[in-house]
Amino acid sequence: MADPIISVKHIVKIYKMGDVEVHALRGINLDIKQGEFSAIMGASGSGKSTFMNIIGCLDTPSSGEYLLDGVEVAKLNRDELAKLRNRKLGFVFQAFNLLPRTTALENVELPLLYSNNHSSSQRREKAMAALEAVGLADRSGHYSNQLSGGQQQRVAIARSLVNDPVVILADEPTGNLDTRTSVEVIEIFQKLNEKGITVVLVTHEPDIAQFSTRNIVFRDGKVSKIIEVENRKIAAEELPKIPLPMDELES
Amino acid sequence: MNVLNVLRVSYRSLGRNKLRSFLTMLGIIIGVAAVIAMLAIGQGASNAVKEQIAGLGTNVVIVFPFASTQGNVRFQAGETSRLTESDAVAIAAQCPAVKYVTPVVRVVTQIIAGTQNWRTSIMGVYPDFEQIRNWPVKSGDYFTSTDERTAAKVCVLGQTVADNLFGPGSIPLGATVQIRNLPFRVVGVLASKGQSSMGQDNDDIVIAPFSTVQQKLAGTIYANMLFASAISSPAVNTAVEEITQFLRIKHNLRSWEANDFTVRTQTEIASTADATTQTMTLLLASVAAISLVVGGIGIMNIMLVSVTERTREIGIRMAVGARGGDVLTQFLIEAVTLSLAGGLIGVILGVLTSRFVSSIQKWPVVISPESVGLAFFFAAIIGIFFGWYPARKAANLNPIEALRYE
Repeated sequence: MADPIISVKHIVKIYKMGDVEVHALRGINLDIKQGEFSAIMGASGSGKSTFMNIIGCLDTPSSGEYLLDGVEVAKLNRDELAKLRNRKLGFVFQAFNLLPRTTALENVELPLLYSNNHSSSQRREKAMAALEAVGLADRSGHYSNQLSGGQQQRVAIARSLVNDPVVILADEPTGNLDTRTSVEVIEIFQKLNEKGITVVLVTHEPDIAQFSTRNIVFRDGKVSKIIEVENRKIAAEELPKIPLPMDELES
Repeated sequence: MNVLNVLRVSYRSLGRNKLRSFLTMLGIIIGVAAVIAMLAIGQGASNAVKEQIAGLGTNVVIVFPFASTQGNVRFQAGETSRLTESDAVAIAAQCPAVKYVTPVVRVVTQIIAGTQNWRTSIMGVYPDFEQIRNWPVKSGDYFTSTDERTAAKVCVLGQTVADNLFGPGSIPLGATVQIRNLPFRVVGVLASKGQSSMGQDNDDIVIAPFSTVQQKLAGTIYANMLFASAISSPAVNTAVEEITQFLRIKHNLRSWEANDFTVRTQTEIASTADATTQTMTLLLASVAAISLVVGGIGIMNIMLVSVTERTREIGIRMAVGARGGDVLTQFLIEAVTLSLAGGLIGVILGVLTSRFVSSIQKWPVVISPESVGLAFFFAAIIGIFFGWYPARKAANLNPIEALRYE
């Protein structure tokens, strides 16, 4: 548990917009240990999304070092980054980002199509197992537009974990969901985290951050403070306290 | 990502947009169908012309009484024929490369049998006509050289003439027909040569002895043309030279005077006709090829729209581990699939169109496997060529921007 799964040293990211240089990240040093549930917080423009893109291997830093599960990422080319995303990372987005006109099962199978080492029956099996883990096995044949927001996000989580990643990165996963559904989704993340998967979550909402073990606060492209969460909330315990939408309407 | 998975992904996304996929294919379908139909019709026409020219006979040399056209000025324009029967007889005697010669005199007139009448052309020729034109009788006999000498009123009918005067399929041997109030005895019916590609009926003809037609029907001392045949195929050019030299001397032409006749060989006529049909085929095929290219541009257009429309999808695929190459292959396969499927449907449609044209126009069509292969091959090439740019564009998308794309 002691080895950092993500180790970032002096990460700087500069975007060039014409003649203007935008310093999105100004030297980040951060270690995230295996099995941690970190929440990255910060105002808009604080650099947290840029940071997520870099640790998500979607982007490379302008300078600095990044070790993901022992792999030096900063020097990799596009194809090698793609391979790393496929093998070691799972993504969950605010907008769910499921393929339209595609069934839940096919959406979950997607990363396996690109990993190239599964037969079609193995793919199906693994995708079904992932859907079961998020409680949607009975919706495998539904098209993404036939699912509710919460269900779509759970399909997206199933997709992120189907390749047995070492880290799941969630960028505002509850941003488009109501309170109750948000907690339901967080409950899934906590369950996965219990099984040993490292979770890194970006969120605006302090409430949601309370479900993590550690809050990392970004400001002006730097880590301004790191707070170890005391009295961490457990989603399974919180759920019964939140009224069902129907109750809210009736009371 | 292995090939099977790429195919699966491509076909799924094509299947999601069935109408659009079909409309995209339509350009290629029409292009390929047009190319195949045009080539088939052109090839058919060319074959028909060749057949018709082969039907002229073997090693045939034809002497026309007109001067050649040079620099758009026809020399001695409108001058009446100066070819005579004596020319023909002399050529036969003087030119060693020539085997048979017959003068030809032609009259177009009404021919009557009982209550029926028919307008046709009557050719006065020597009996050697049979060998020169390679045109035997179906039943009965040609007239003889005795008939020729005595200007006998005998004739050989073409099948069409026999059909129209005596009823379909009849063989009216021994019957009498009236040509310009003269009674002619029918001695034979020619074997059928069918229709020419120009729509002319080869069998709409009556053949009679030259002397008879010249003296009793045409009333001229000249011949309309001469038919000759060389002793062998390689001797055709020698025959042409001999005939030319001989006629120049016989017609007292000075060295600076142009020929007052034209000698043509079957090969020349064939190559002229062939060149004409080939030009037509090329013209039609190039118009069709243009539509194929337009179809290809249609594919490129749709694929470009598709890349823009699916930017987010591409972003998602890249986020879960699709490499640039995977995305490139997917889009390329979509484009090639569209053009190949379009090509396949186009081939079927082209073959059906050719058959249809053939049955409507009575035009022979020849669908060569080469033209089918060529059209199909070009459809595939067009798919790759016009699919490459959009696919490349998709593969080069930045995953972050693609994911953020609305």
